Amino acid sequence: MTASTPEPVLSVAGLRVSFRQTEAVRGVSLAVGRGETHCVVGESGCGKSISALSVMNLLPRGAIRTADHIRFQGQDLLKLSETQFARLRGDKIAMIFQEPMTSLNPAYTIGSQMSEVFERHRRATRRQAMDRAAELLARVGITAPGMRLGQYPHQLSGGLRQRVMIAMALMCDPELLIADEPTTALDVTVQAQILRLLQKLQQELGLALLLITHDFGVVARMAQRVSVMYAGEVIESGTAADLFAAPTHPYTRGLLECIPVPGQVAPGERLGSIPGAVPRIAPGFVGCGFRERCALATPECARAVPKRAAGGDHSYLCRLQPDWKRDAAA
Amino acid sequence: MTSFLLRRLWLAILVCLTVLVVSFILTRLSGDLAVSIAGPNASAADIAIIRKNFGLDRPLVVQFLDWAGHAARGDLGQSYLYHAPVWDLIRDRLPVTLTLGLTGLAIALSIGLPLGILAAMREGSAVDRGIMLVALFGQAMPGFWLGLILIVWFGLELQWLPISGVDTWQGYIMPGVVLAFSAIPALMRLTRSGMIDALAADYIRTARAKGLSRSKIVLKHALRNAAMPVVSIAAVQLGFMLGGSVVTESVFALPGVGYLAWESITKNDFPVVQAVVLFLAVIYIALTLLADMMNALLDPRLR
Amino acid sequence: MKATATVPALSFRSRLPSFRHFATFLGVVIVGAAILIAIFAPYLTPHDPFAQNLNLRMIPPVWMDESMPEHLLGTDQLGRDYLSRLIYGARISLLIGVLTVVTSGLIGITLGIIGGFYGGRTDQFVMFLITCRLSIPLILVALTVVALVGSSLAVVILTLGLLLWDRFAVVARTTTMQVRNLDYIAAAQAAGASRIHILLREVLPNIANHLVVVATLEMALAILLEAALSFLGLGVPPPLPSWGLMIAEAKEYMFFSPWVIMTPGIALFVLVLGINLLGDGLRDLLKAGSRQ
Repeated sequence: MTASTPEPVLSVAGLRVSFRQTEAVRGVSLAVGRGETHCVVGESGCGKSISALSVMNLLPRGAIRTADHIRFQGQDLLKLSETQFARLRGDKIAMIFQEPMTSLNPAYTIGSQMSEVFERHRRATRRQAMDRAAELLARVGITAPGMRLGQYPHQLSGGLRQRVMIAMALMCDPELLIADEPTTALDVTVQAQILRLLQKLQQELGLALLLITHDFGVVARMAQRVSVMYAGEVIESGTAADLFAAPTHPYTRGLLECIPVPGQVAPGERLGSIPGAVPRIAPGFVGCGFRERCALATPECARAVPKRAAGGDHSYLCRLQPDWKRDAAA
Repeated sequence: MTSFLLRRLWLAILVCLTVLVVSFILTRLSGDLAVSIAGPNASAADIAIIRKNFGLDRPLVVQFLDWAGHAARGDLGQSYLYHAPVWDLIRDRLPVTLTLGLTGLAIALSIGLPLGILAAMREGSAVDRGIMLVALFGQAMPGFWLGLILIVWFGLELQWLPISGVDTWQGYIMPGVVLAFSAIPALMRLTRSGMIDALAADYIRTARAKGLSRSKIVLKHALRNAAMPVVSIAAVQLGFMLGGSVVTESVFALPGVGYLAWESITKNDFPVVQAVVLFLAVIYIALTLLADMMNALLDPRLR
Repeated sequence: MKATATVPALSFRSRLPSFRHFATFLGVVIVGAAILIAIFAPYLTPHDPFAQNLNLRMIPPVWMDESMPEHLLGTDQLGRDYLSRLIYGARISLLIGVLTVVTSGLIGITLGIIGGFYGGRTDQFVMFLITCRLSIPLILVALTVVALVGSSLAVVILTLGLLLWDRFAVVARTTTMQVRNLDYIAAAQAAGASRIHILLREVLPNIANHLVVVATLEMALAILLEAALSFLGLGVPPPLPSWGLMIAEAKEYMFFSPWVIMTPGIALFVLVLGINLLGDGLRDLLKAGSRQ
């Protein structure tokens, strides 16, 4: 961040979350600016969803969260009481989730669930809230919004439900939208539609978007900035351009090599993969979480891992020098 | 939904028919009914006369069809003891039993529901365990004994409530509490587990993400989804309370259907016994059917 | 492709929260004590529970005035020692509880397994039977049967046994349905085992743990029902010292001597509580075991 860029909408530093004898998040830092999409990408189990929930303070019971700071528009969220936080949620910060099927209450209409946010935060009347809801349903591309308001979640398709979730999140014009794998549970064609919608809304509304995903395709399409997570840490981060042009961390490189590109993979050729699975980190763990699966691991990796710069805003967590792949390829 | 209800209705009718057979067989268990009616001092001639008068000399199947045919038309026969139509007897005593049952249900719901919700919200805490302990105590308590204790304590010692009869509305309080005791444990447990499941659902996470107040989340979002099994079990418990009213009504000397059945059993008034068993079974079946309909209303997915 | 859902096996080596530990322990102690008291009743009772002494009627218990030390809990309206009757009452309650559960268990488990295993029409019929049984007003039917057939211990046990099988059937049915699709059932069928063998040697052992939990709860219910029936005069016949009967006999005097209804009631309450605690503890053990 140079001196001339404005303060980020969301700034997280040193986030740590432990949950049931496991260190789920071990020192995550990131920032999302106004009108910017920051993608957090990683395998399941890397702690990306927990990080998102931590920002919203929606962690399950028994989870312990600490951080140097979690600042939203300059305000430190860590210092807020639950009541104060509840006033922010749904109003200035909104969140949408992965499973639109189960994220909506089956017993109430779409209209009822959408209007209650507006009624709560803006002290509006039912009428005003319903009008706003209809307006937003149209905004997210749902036809016949008036009719939809009276329908129940089970009467809508998955894609429609996710649109409703997005519309619901926008009811009070939030500054920050956190989207936890919003397209993972949807069909591929619908995925593209939803992503397009998010992009459009972001441009129109100047939203800051924190987008959690495991899919690099989504990252390529949506992100201005990327944080790659592994075993609770951000092991590489930078602008999307930098990351795709020069992925430096062995894990990032491995992930990107896993993606088969039509035309570049010969029939019968083995697809790239990273053997093993994401480990559970117990308290007191030291060193690189990736070392069990890394082809380039040395005993040095069991000690503290340095954060290196690969140029500009691009940084990564590894003992290797930025240009190691040139030497390896040779 | 209509096909679902039609199927349930059809099943209910089948069950009614079965109960009809069961209640008929029930009263023929002693072998010769005429002997039981006549009593220990009757002569053989007396017994023969009784047998003729009450049609007990006909084949069993004929007797059953006669009884079933009449019952289907609402004619539940004649009481030996009162020489009045059984239906009249039941009808006269029904208000007391119904009031008692509903009072018991009201008390059970007003105690069981809030405690169950509280236990779910504080799952695993001392409050939760305390509430579950109360449920356990309620399960272990013999209803008739509780009734006696209440009579001695509130009726005699403190003299706050009448010890028997329903001349005033206060007469329903103690028996209502006794009935409620039998229903509260099940209600509490079910509400608690239903709420725990509902609170763990994804849509609750969404509700929290929307910044809704705690009470709104619990009462509007969670409770609505937890309500369905509670409705079913409330109906079932009411059915049990009505069916089991005989104990409470005899302890408190309430002139209800249960007491009528009790009298009839001890005095060998079999048409009444037969009819009451059938009647209570029909009520239970109707209640469960009602519960199913209410559940269909509550869950839009079933419609 | 057979499903791999599991019916959890009972494991006693799991960790329970300590409160539950205590509650279950209490249940075990109570039930164990009751069993011991019932078995050794003749050695524990200071007097013959049936011996009447009309000169010593309605003596109060030791903590009240005018009591007698040789009658610790006083005497009843016929001069019989209350404590001795209380101890023998444990025999009756436990006997009824166990024998009723055996009877109803046999009926209910058989129905439930058959319905759960064969499915289809058979299952529908079993469900129909269960619904019919639930619709019948339990106490009324029991009262009628005892009134007509005659009041005795055997009649009470048989009647309750023939009526209390519904929960057994429901649980046996659901657990059997879960087990039915598991691999070892298919293996047994492939090996040519007879239906009976499969039901008895493969299905039953694996659902037995759940049924034990039901058995404890049904036992508690049977004891309470017998007490209610005896209280109404249509249960166990006098002069047998059923606790319910003792309360009924004491009812006449409860306004003058309230203590007479307290002791048998407390005994009932404690025993049923103990059985319920035991049952709950077993159920928790099942849940904890399945998490492994």
